[in-house]
Amino acid sequence: MDTAPAGAGPVYTARAYRQPVSRFWWLRRRSYFLFMMRELSSVFVAWFVVFLLMLVAAVSSGPVAYQEFLDWSARPWVIALDVIASAFVLLHAVTWFNLAPKAMVVRLRGRRVPPRVVLAAHYGLWAACSAVVAWVILR
Amino acid sequence: MTAKRAPAGKQSTPRSLEPAAWLLFSAGGMIAALLIPVLLVLFGIAIPLGWLAAPDHSHLLSVLHHPVTLLVLFGLCVSALFHWAHRFRSVLSHGLRLERAGGVIAVLCYGGAVVGSVVAAYVLISAW
Repeated sequence: MDTAPAGAGPVYTARAYRQPVSRFWWLRRRSYFLFMMRELSSVFVAWFVVFLLMLVAAVSSGPVAYQEFLDWSARPWVIALDVIASAFVLLHAVTWFNLAPKAMVVRLRGRRVPPRVVLAAHYGLWAACSAVVAWVILR
Repeated sequence: MTAKRAPAGKQSTPRSLEPAAWLLFSAGGMIAALLIPVLLVLFGIAIPLGWLAAPDHSHLLSVLHHPVTLLVLFGLCVSALFHWAHRFRSVLSHGLRLERAGGVIAVLCYGGAVVGSVVAAYVLISAW
């Protein structure tokens, strides 16, 4: 691309013009912004792992440490952070499941399972998992 | 999808690791979508706000001592961390146009997921 024949006078390097893309290109359109928010949900997924490990460590350390964890998690800033994190994690879950019928082509006896069924199966599985987890924790 | 992600591994991940990274990303996305909302809403919002009574310590301890719980939590932590690494790397590299630092970003993200997985294993094994 950048080569000129040797000995053919001065060498001009030609480069395809690339329009610079702004660092904040994702603020330009609603769909780009939603895409970025979906990607950013991963930060709150990581925060949840930290939160979960703190809970596990507290429970395994004994009743006093567990109570301290409960008191800490009831501080306003922790609740606020967890409310924001929940919103992002829900955005992740909904966008993830809504993409599933496009990402997964399921065939049963040679026939393609309709995308609506794949979508419904994912939401059904989500409801079942949530119910089992809530039952195990709260029973 | 309007914005297209560049193929993973273009920057510095060795080619042979690409399928493994992609598998962990997808597994993490699925497990995170299925399990994190209920856990976070329960322990992050409903219990701290007093909508639900906090479970007894002895009950949670017995749940935690079950091998299935430990296995599920370990799988959740590891795959969720690699899911984070994959997406956060794309946020920094493509979202914020930091392609030049792509190598460093990949090492920090995937390295962070590896370190986090080791910490998770340590916490879960000592809880057992």
